[in-house]
Amino acid sequence: MLRDEDRIFTNLYGFESFGLEAAKKRGDWDNTRALIEKGRDWIINEVKESGLRGRGGAGFSTGLKWSFMPKQSDRPHYLVVNADEGEPGTCKDRDLMRYDPHKLVEGCLLGSFAIGAHACYIYIRGEFYDEASNLQKAIDEAYEAGLIGKNACGSGWDFDLYLHRGAGAYICGEETALIESLEGKKGQPRNKPPFPAQAGLYSCPTTVNNVESIAVVPTILRRGAGWFAGIGRPKNTGTKVFCISGHVNRPCNVEEAMGIPLKELIEKHAGGVRGGWDNLLTVIPGGSSVPVLPKETCDTILMDFDSLREVRSGLGTAAVIVMDRSTDIVKAIARLSKFYMHESCGQCTPCREGTGWMWRVMERMVRGRARVDEIDMLFEVTKQIEGHTICALGDAAAWPIQGLIRHFRPEMERRILEYRKMAAE
Amino acid sequence: MSADIPANQPPGQPPGEEPASFVFTAENLERARRIIAKYPEGRQASAVMPLLDLAQRQNGNWLSRAAMDYVAAMLEMPPMRVYEVATFYTMYNREPVGRHFVQVCTTTPCWLRGSDEVLHACERKLGIGPGETTPDGQFTLIEVECLGACVNAPMMQINDDYFEDLDAASTERILDALARGEKVQAGSAKGRRGSCPEGGPTTLKEFARRAGVQPAGGDD
Repeated sequence: MLRDEDRIFTNLYGFESFGLEAAKKRGDWDNTRALIEKGRDWIINEVKESGLRGRGGAGFSTGLKWSFMPKQSDRPHYLVVNADEGEPGTCKDRDLMRYDPHKLVEGCLLGSFAIGAHACYIYIRGEFYDEASNLQKAIDEAYEAGLIGKNACGSGWDFDLYLHRGAGAYICGEETALIESLEGKKGQPRNKPPFPAQAGLYSCPTTVNNVESIAVVPTILRRGAGWFAGIGRPKNTGTKVFCISGHVNRPCNVEEAMGIPLKELIEKHAGGVRGGWDNLLTVIPGGSSVPVLPKETCDTILMDFDSLREVRSGLGTAAVIVMDRSTDIVKAIARLSKFYMHESCGQCTPCREGTGWMWRVMERMVRGRARVDEIDMLFEVTKQIEGHTICALGDAAAWPIQGLIRHFRPEMERRILEYRKMAAE
Repeated sequence: MSADIPANQPPGQPPGEEPASFVFTAENLERARRIIAKYPEGRQASAVMPLLDLAQRQNGNWLSRAAMDYVAAMLEMPPMRVYEVATFYTMYNREPVGRHFVQVCTTTPCWLRGSDEVLHACERKLGIGPGETTPDGQFTLIEVECLGACVNAPMMQINDDYFEDLDAASTERILDALARGEKVQAGSAKGRRGSCPEGGPTTLKEFARRAGVQPAGGDD
């Protein structure tokens, strides 16, 4: 188990104040100027060496992403922080913002400096009212203390930080949709290329990072890339905030080492599966978009990017949704299909039409009012949507159904046969 | 200073009627100026979402046509672009809603922990179904997608507040109190601290003890 002295978010549960004074006691804003004085290249290199992979779901190297920003350019650069947390199962950024916002504010300064940005926008989901209030207070405190603003921390770097509230659209968690939304438009994803590093916000070089990715940066820079890289497994390093929801005795968020066994995570921190480990049916290990894991995989799987990819699922946002044997698994996945139908932005035909089609078929599958060969057709349709849309929402809608068919096909067939039998009687 | 997001004002007109005009109050006009100043010159369209939110808050939690046109004029945007935004995002209400806007999350993580029960409790208590408003205009009930509080499921949002760790009884208690005009404590109905596991934290035990919270048993 990760030791407390290696935990970054020591105020995860809000035991202490989120304000500046308490944050400083926890180590935030400790000689930030010295970190800036080490220069852009040093910061980017440290973050690369730490092995930090994006905490928003895709798991791309944060340092590498930063290095894609032009070294020099005649246009302003922007850092945009994706705080539009909305992947079902995920509620970690919420806690970082309401209880430990100064880590994010300081990370915004360091990250912006590293990519040559004098301005940063944090795009927070609109429903997070208290979180926006606390974060804005932290921003105001940092301005008043001279930590951000003109000559931030006395470093000579001018830096402005703004909070922008969303208004309810899951799709704005997609980075180019988020940029569109921030420009005052409907949140519909853009075609790539150009990538945001070339043409992002206001057509200027832009990096979009998840809240957690940015909030861990100050600690990485203080304690060194080697410290962060020493936690977890190679290429899957550092600490991670996990969200454990569903059929566990004590649902919670907890910061643990990357690569912790799923079983240990659930039993140590979430009080175990309701009714005991053997009562486990399945787990969605990384937020609603990733495929379910069969029980036998759950027994041994390690919670990191590469381990979960090997079993055809994903770490995603590390939102662990636990389902015990009482769960109507077809209905649980059908409900996710409804979610994706609701959240499709409507831009690409395969997603707009396909998410609704899949949901309608899934609703029939819940009751078994279908033919067995329709399971194959459903699978085929998910393959027609996956990879055929501008953004990954189509993929995200397809994967849970693919996982269901892969691991629970006998249950789907059983329902169909049962419904037939009932209808015949 | 806080995020400076004003609370919803009570509706100023009978439900169902589109008011002929809308203007920001002097206070909100000042807020609007501060919001617009967050974005670079010539990029004032970026302020459309926060200004629509501000207008909605002033207008009893819904956006009239007049309010959208007013925001469009202020930002020098074609009204159609503003209507597009107002209809794309779910938080903008294009119809009047009750004084207490009850949004019950029913996405899978909440559903696994009994959101059906919470929704039914709302329906029973309020005597309305999802999408409906009580005749006295006090409550509107809707079903919503994931609100991002999954380890405190099931939950509902009423206006700006999250009510978490609910069951039928606590849901009814909250609705009763609101109906009586009382202020209800938001957050966990089980008294949990944020996302900390019930019964005390399994980590950060020193921090817990310093704050007077008893951590979970077992070794550190």
